Amino acid sequence: MNVSTSPKFKENVHGALRDESLQRALGRLKTGFRDKRLAAINNLPEFEALRDQACDIKNHTLENLDHYLLKFEENVKANGGHVHWCADAAEARETVLRICRDKDAKSVLKGKSMISEEIGLNDFLEKEDLKVVETDLGEYIIQLRHEPPSHIIAPAIHVHKEQVADSFRETHKGRDPNRSLAEPRELLDEAREVMREHFFAADIGITGANFLIAETGTSVIVTNEGNGDLTQTLSRVHIAIASLEKVVPTLEDASSILRVLARSATGQEMSSYTTFSTGPRREDDLDGPQEYHVILLDNGRSNMLGTEFQDMLRCIRCAACMNHCPVYGAVGGHAYGWVYPGPMGSVLTPSLIGVDEAGHLPNASTFCGKCEEVCPMRIPLPKMMRHWREREFEKHLSPASMRFGIKAWAFLASRPRLYRTATGLAAKVMNKMAGGRGRLAKLPLAGGWTQIRDLPAPQGQNGKTFKELWAEKQAQKARGSK
Amino acid sequence: MTSSTPNADISGAGKPRVGLFVTCLVDMFRPTVGFSAVKLLEEAGCEVDVPMDQTCCGQPAFNSGDKASAKKVARPLIDMFADYDYVVAPSGSCAGMIKKHFPELFADEPAMLDQVNALSAKTHELVSFLTDVMKIDAVAASFEGKVTYHDSCSGLRELGVKQQPRKLLNSVQGLEISELSEPESCCGFGGTFCVKYPEISGKMVGEKTDDIKSTGAKTLLAGDMGCLMNMAGKLAREGSDIEVRHVAEVLADMTMEAAPIAGKKGEQAS
Amino acid sequence: MRNSAKVSSRDAILGRIRQSLGREAGQYDAPKDVLDRLSAPKSNAVVPARAQISHDQQVALFEQMAIDVNATVVHTAGFEDIPREVARFLAEHNLPARVKTSPDVNISGLPWSETALEVTAGVAGPEDAVSVTSSFGGVAETGSLMLRSGAQTPYTLNMLPDTHIAVVKASEIVGTYEEIWARLRTEDGQGNMPRTFLWVTGPSRTGDIEQTIQLGAHGPRRLHIVIVDDQAS
Repeated sequence: MNVSTSPKFKENVHGALRDESLQRALGRLKTGFRDKRLAAINNLPEFEALRDQACDIKNHTLENLDHYLLKFEENVKANGGHVHWCADAAEARETVLRICRDKDAKSVLKGKSMISEEIGLNDFLEKEDLKVVETDLGEYIIQLRHEPPSHIIAPAIHVHKEQVADSFRETHKGRDPNRSLAEPRELLDEAREVMREHFFAADIGITGANFLIAETGTSVIVTNEGNGDLTQTLSRVHIAIASLEKVVPTLEDASSILRVLARSATGQEMSSYTTFSTGPRREDDLDGPQEYHVILLDNGRSNMLGTEFQDMLRCIRCAACMNHCPVYGAVGGHAYGWVYPGPMGSVLTPSLIGVDEAGHLPNASTFCGKCEEVCPMRIPLPKMMRHWREREFEKHLSPASMRFGIKAWAFLASRPRLYRTATGLAAKVMNKMAGGRGRLAKLPLAGGWTQIRDLPAPQGQNGKTFKELWAEKQAQKARGSK
Repeated sequence: MTSSTPNADISGAGKPRVGLFVTCLVDMFRPTVGFSAVKLLEEAGCEVDVPMDQTCCGQPAFNSGDKASAKKVARPLIDMFADYDYVVAPSGSCAGMIKKHFPELFADEPAMLDQVNALSAKTHELVSFLTDVMKIDAVAASFEGKVTYHDSCSGLRELGVKQQPRKLLNSVQGLEISELSEPESCCGFGGTFCVKYPEISGKMVGEKTDDIKSTGAKTLLAGDMGCLMNMAGKLAREGSDIEVRHVAEVLADMTMEAAPIAGKKGEQAS
Repeated sequence: MRNSAKVSSRDAILGRIRQSLGREAGQYDAPKDVLDRLSAPKSNAVVPARAQISHDQQVALFEQMAIDVNATVVHTAGFEDIPREVARFLAEHNLPARVKTSPDVNISGLPWSETALEVTAGVAGPEDAVSVTSSFGGVAETGSLMLRSGAQTPYTLNMLPDTHIAVVKASEIVGTYEEIWARLRTEDGQGNMPRTFLWVTGPSRTGDIEQTIQLGAHGPRRLHIVIVDDQAS
């Protein structure tokens, strides 16, 4: 299920950098996300204090995760809902299938859910002959294109409108083949019409959850389109899929974190719809689902607790890290090779599919620190990527040449005299090779550098090091003062 | 060099003793930066010393996940710089390593805690040390023309170096700053990153050099040799005649002492 | 999957969590701070100051914030003015003169016959292009409407029609979300929630095609808010 191409990261990167349409899309991250986030936080003087508070709430919750999950379960049941604890992706998929079979369901509507991507739910249900339709416009587009999302809140960010039009013409049969689909508005209107038919025909509605609230047994979704609401309201059965760490204690706690979520994500003060769902429809309700199920998925989270990766469980999936990441901005989401791209993916993916599989991801970072700067939950993402590098090093997964290089360098750098001799010699050799031009276009063993740029040569005076020159000066001074 | 209000700690006693952490890249590639730092520190009223056994801060190993090697390289520094009032480095990255990451690196050695924290507390990046500790607000230097300034990531985000270099640059006679549209975006150096993932690094530094060119500046300045070598190397490869220098060279009025990083343009690299 | 396997996953997950958190065997009861937090929920310390203003100012802020997110807002002096306002709005936007209202007597019982509108009450269906609903309240800090599901207020009315006209009493507009939760607990009892409680902040939107913001993705394209000035100010 959900095969990763993370081991082929470098090949993915090579392709992504040459994909003009992707590059154009990535060029819109600044105006589409970064500028809007900045405007939103500049408009809220308490934003930094709200970040601290959100972080404290999640830390408290994680320290008491067992208690809050049990309380959540108790309250879901008290409201007539069902909770299914699932240890891994396979168990979660089977549980969803069992509910579908019990209800004799033919069709499944999906609200946007990253957990569903994580467990590879769509492919699995389709193989079981269920008709699965993604209702979020972006998810719908990539479903038609048989692609994974390339961004956690804007899954089709890599697709341009002509490609959307092609997919629509191919899929939406029985419409005027000469209709105009040139503009985003026309595409949206057609998608809205098509989706309406699906909404009224659905048996099962599956959504994710941004929060689970222990106090009330509520699941919360945050959306802009309203698709998640229609998915969970018009279907006979609502299944909310969430990983363990989505739980928070109270309505107030969810509200506090919501104040940093949309601002960090899309730069909105609040998303269009924030929906708190509790149990199935009540006896005198006129609409709403007859059944309410929550899939509580572990899939590795419980093992992250109590480790150096625990802070990652504060993540609220706002995507600020990837919107601001220069590496994501260069290569887009698909290059990362699995469900979660960008800095949060570089930390989370190795936890979920193994660092031997996803080893490139935590290495492909300059540690520029922008992700941590913008993360509303103050997750120390670079530090955790470094922790993965440490694990790789311990497990001898890092390339032998790199390991040898570091060891050799450490050998030298911990022997000052030898180091002085070696660096002095190297500086002089490079200086000579540059022949007074000040730079080298090629240098043995430095292909990674010179593929892209020249190597500035050690500066004049025949490549003497600072320490050599300093020692000469001190000696002159000493002679002068005699 | 002028200071607004002399630091009380400093004016009371004798001259503060500064141990200069030269950094391995300055030592090997750009001695002028080391001498510029010495000059700036001395003019600010410090007594400067250069421990000759220093090598590197250990960052390459630390960021490669090899903590044992990082400690092996870092450990001698803790003793070597123990007796100075301050440790100053002409690099936000190396100063950040000592200040922010040494305590993390040695977190599993409680016996080292006091020494490491003491070293961390007195370690500073050069320009912010001049402004924030020595209270310098102007330098006696001149440099004709328009420059642009890149905020290196470690200095900016680990140490809060942002306004300090601009403040001192604004006091340089004849100098005009033309800001980048994205001064805080990473140049794509990232230590070993730039050789492990050259294609991504190339894309990043390419965007940076485009930004640099669009400022109309004739000189690019920054406070970290790694970033400077990356950007200078890329500008040179692109045939640009924009000159690249460490900010300390301009502040110390030592730009006549050495050709720009990667040399004068117009000649092909060998 | 058999039932026993499910039970064991629950125990296995809880076991791993407890182990990771360093719980001692058998010491699985929630501590006092957790129990207190759940039994007497409190507002967290940091709440935006922007909505800590007089009630009149809160109503004005609510209106401004709602307009900023593409809602339209009008005031009426009383409930009896609502049918005329709805008719005016629909005519102005050239929309069909047919509305579905919430069964709530405050809305469905209004003098609709004074207008030429065709009015029915109930849940929304595919044919309904315009809905008129009551609201639980409004939150000034983000211009968000608070809507609860229930026998009087079916949920589909908020989401299916292309145009949603929501009526909110000025007296039920508050500064913050926390004030809404406090009121809900007072009215429904602590720990009780309707099936759905919805915050609506502007009409439906999407940026999924080339990051161009379009209104009316799957939910309403138009959100028109009628504030009933039920308090003399």
